[in-house]
Amino acid sequence: MAPFPLFDLIGKFATYVIYLLIGISFGAVLEMSGFALSTKLTGQFYMRDQTVFKVMFTGVIVAMVLIFGATGLGMLDYNRIWVPPTYLWPGTLGGLLIGVGFIIGGFCPGTSVMAAATGKIDAMFFVGGILTGIIIFGESLGFFDHFWNSSYMGRFTLPDLLGVSTGAVVLGTVLVAILLLWGADLVERIYNPAKKRKPDITPAHFLGAGVLALLAVGVMVIGQPTADELWQRVAPEKEPLLTNREVQIHPAELRKLYYDPLVNLVMLDVRDEADYNIFHLKDARRVDLDKLEEIVPELQSAPDGTVVVLMSNDETWATEGWKRLVALGVPNVYILEGGINNWLAVYGEGEHEPLAADGDETLRYVFHAALGDMDPVAEPSQHDEGIEYTPKVKIQKKAPTGGGGCG
Amino acid sequence: MTTLAHTKPVTKVASRSEPKPYVNPYVGGVLLGIVLFLAFFLTGNGLGASGGLNRLIIWIIDLVAPQHVDRVSYLIHYAGGDKNALDHWIVLMTVGIFLGGFLSGWIGRRVKLETVRGPHISVRQRWLLAYLGGIVTGFGARLARGCTSGQGLSGSSTLSVGSWAFLLAFFAGGYGLAYFVRRLWN
Repeated sequence: MAPFPLFDLIGKFATYVIYLLIGISFGAVLEMSGFALSTKLTGQFYMRDQTVFKVMFTGVIVAMVLIFGATGLGMLDYNRIWVPPTYLWPGTLGGLLIGVGFIIGGFCPGTSVMAAATGKIDAMFFVGGILTGIIIFGESLGFFDHFWNSSYMGRFTLPDLLGVSTGAVVLGTVLVAILLLWGADLVERIYNPAKKRKPDITPAHFLGAGVLALLAVGVMVIGQPTADELWQRVAPEKEPLLTNREVQIHPAELRKLYYDPLVNLVMLDVRDEADYNIFHLKDARRVDLDKLEEIVPELQSAPDGTVVVLMSNDETWATEGWKRLVALGVPNVYILEGGINNWLAVYGEGEHEPLAADGDETLRYVFHAALGDMDPVAEPSQHDEGIEYTPKVKIQKKAPTGGGGCG
Repeated sequence: MTTLAHTKPVTKVASRSEPKPYVNPYVGGVLLGIVLFLAFFLTGNGLGASGGLNRLIIWIIDLVAPQHVDRVSYLIHYAGGDKNALDHWIVLMTVGIFLGGFLSGWIGRRVKLETVRGPHISVRQRWLLAYLGGIVTGFGARLARGCTSGQGLSGSSTLSVGSWAFLLAFFAGGYGLAYFVRRLWN
C-alpha cells in the first residue's frame, strides 16, 4: 500500500530523482498558470484577478478527493502520509506574515523560486529576502522559542475537530469551494473590465464542478477503513510476527528498555480500571482498547526511538491492541510477554503469592491492598538480575515522511 | 525596407517570439491537484518550497562559519557536525521547482529578464520592496513551519487544522494590508 518506502525500494539516488521530477511538475504548473508575474499574483487582493484563488483551491479540492478516495479504497495509507502537525498560534501568525510579505513583495516562496527561473529580477530579490528572513529567524529564535513550540496539538485534523466523518468533511469542503470559485468568477467580472464580455459560466464549468462533487459524494459513500479493516489488509505480512513470537518481549527486556536512555518508552496498559488500580507498572498509562485509536496521532508524532509496549493481565487484550496500532501504522510496537501475570512471576517473588484463579486475562496474584504503582514491584529494578532472555526489540527509524514542507 | 517589413517571414518570426497565453486557471488547478496527489501517493510527503531555501542558506552558513552552526540550536538540527544540510529530499524538490519553472517558461516563450511592477513605482523601489517582502515571508515561513506550499496546499488537502488556520491567516494578511499598499500595484 502506498506511500512506498522509496529509500528501501529503489535507493536514495532514484528517490531523489522522483522528488526532482515532482518539483519540476510543480514548478511547471505554477509557471503555466501565470504565477511568475507579481502583478498577476497580487491582483488577487485587488479583486481583479482571481487566478491565485482558483488555482490553489481547485488544486486543494482535487488533491483532497484523490487522496481520500485512494485511502478509502485501501490504496493509500493515510496514517503514513505527512499531515503537518498543528502549532496553532505560531502557524497562524506565520500565515499572517506570509500574507503581508506577499502583498508587499509580490510572491510566496514557491512562486518566487519559479519566477526567478524565468528571469524575473523582482523574484530574485524576493528569494534574497527569504534567505535573509530565515537567517534572522534562526539567530533570534532563542528569544521566542517558547512561543514557537506553543499550542502544539499534534496531528490534528478537521474530522477530529468537527467530530464528523472524513468523507463528510471532504464533501463539505468541495461544495463550499465550488460556491466560492463561482463567486470568484463573478467578482472577477465585476472588477476586471477586460473580462466582462466573456460568457459568465460555460457548460465546461458545470461539468467540472459536477464531476468533482460526484467524486466527493463517492468518497463519502466509500468511507474510510476502520482499524479492523486495515488490520485485515496488513495481516498476511504482520500476523507471522505474532505467531513466531517476535514481538512479545520478556519482562527483563522491558526492564532494560525502562532504563535505556536512547529509548523513549511508552507503556500502555489496556486492562480495566479495577485491575489497573490494584497494580500497574510505574509510568504505564491506562488506555481502553476502544480508545486506543485516539492516541495514535500522538504516538505517530513521538520522536525517533520511541518504543510502545502494550500490556494486559495475559496477552489476549494486549495482542488485540497490538493489531490495531500496527494496522494504523504505529512503528515499534511490542507486547509484554505473558502480561502482568508474567511480570509478577518474574519479579514478584516474596511479595505476591500466586492465586489459584482460572480464566484468561484474570490477575492471578494476591494483593492485600490496591497500591497501583506504589507496589514494591511496580517500578522496574535498577539492577540487572542477569535473567536470560532473547532480545526482540529492533527499533525502526520512522518512515521518511517527516518534515513535509518544512524540510 | 518597407516592403521587407511586410513580407510574410518577418511577421511569422514576430508571432513566433510572442509569449503563449497561460492555461485556464481551472486547468492549472486540476493539474496542481494531480501533482499534489502524486507527491503524497508516491512519497508520503506533499509539496514544499521554503524548506529547500532554508537548507540552502544553512548550508551556506555552514560553509562560512561551521562553529557558529554548532552553537545555535536551530542550525544544529540541519547541519550540526558533519551533517550536510543539502542532503534532503526537499532540496531536490526546490531545485525541481526552479527547473520546471524555467522549462515551462521556455516552452511558452515567457522567459525574459525583466522586473514586473505596478505602474506607479520605479524598478529600484520594486526591488527594495521585493527584498523586504521576502524577509517578512522567510521569517513567517519558518515561524509557521511551512509556506503556502507546505502548509497551504499540502496541509489543507490532508485536512490539518493548523494548515487551514494558516491559510485563512494568509488571505487575511493579504487582504488586510492590500488597501494600504494599493499604490504599489495599481
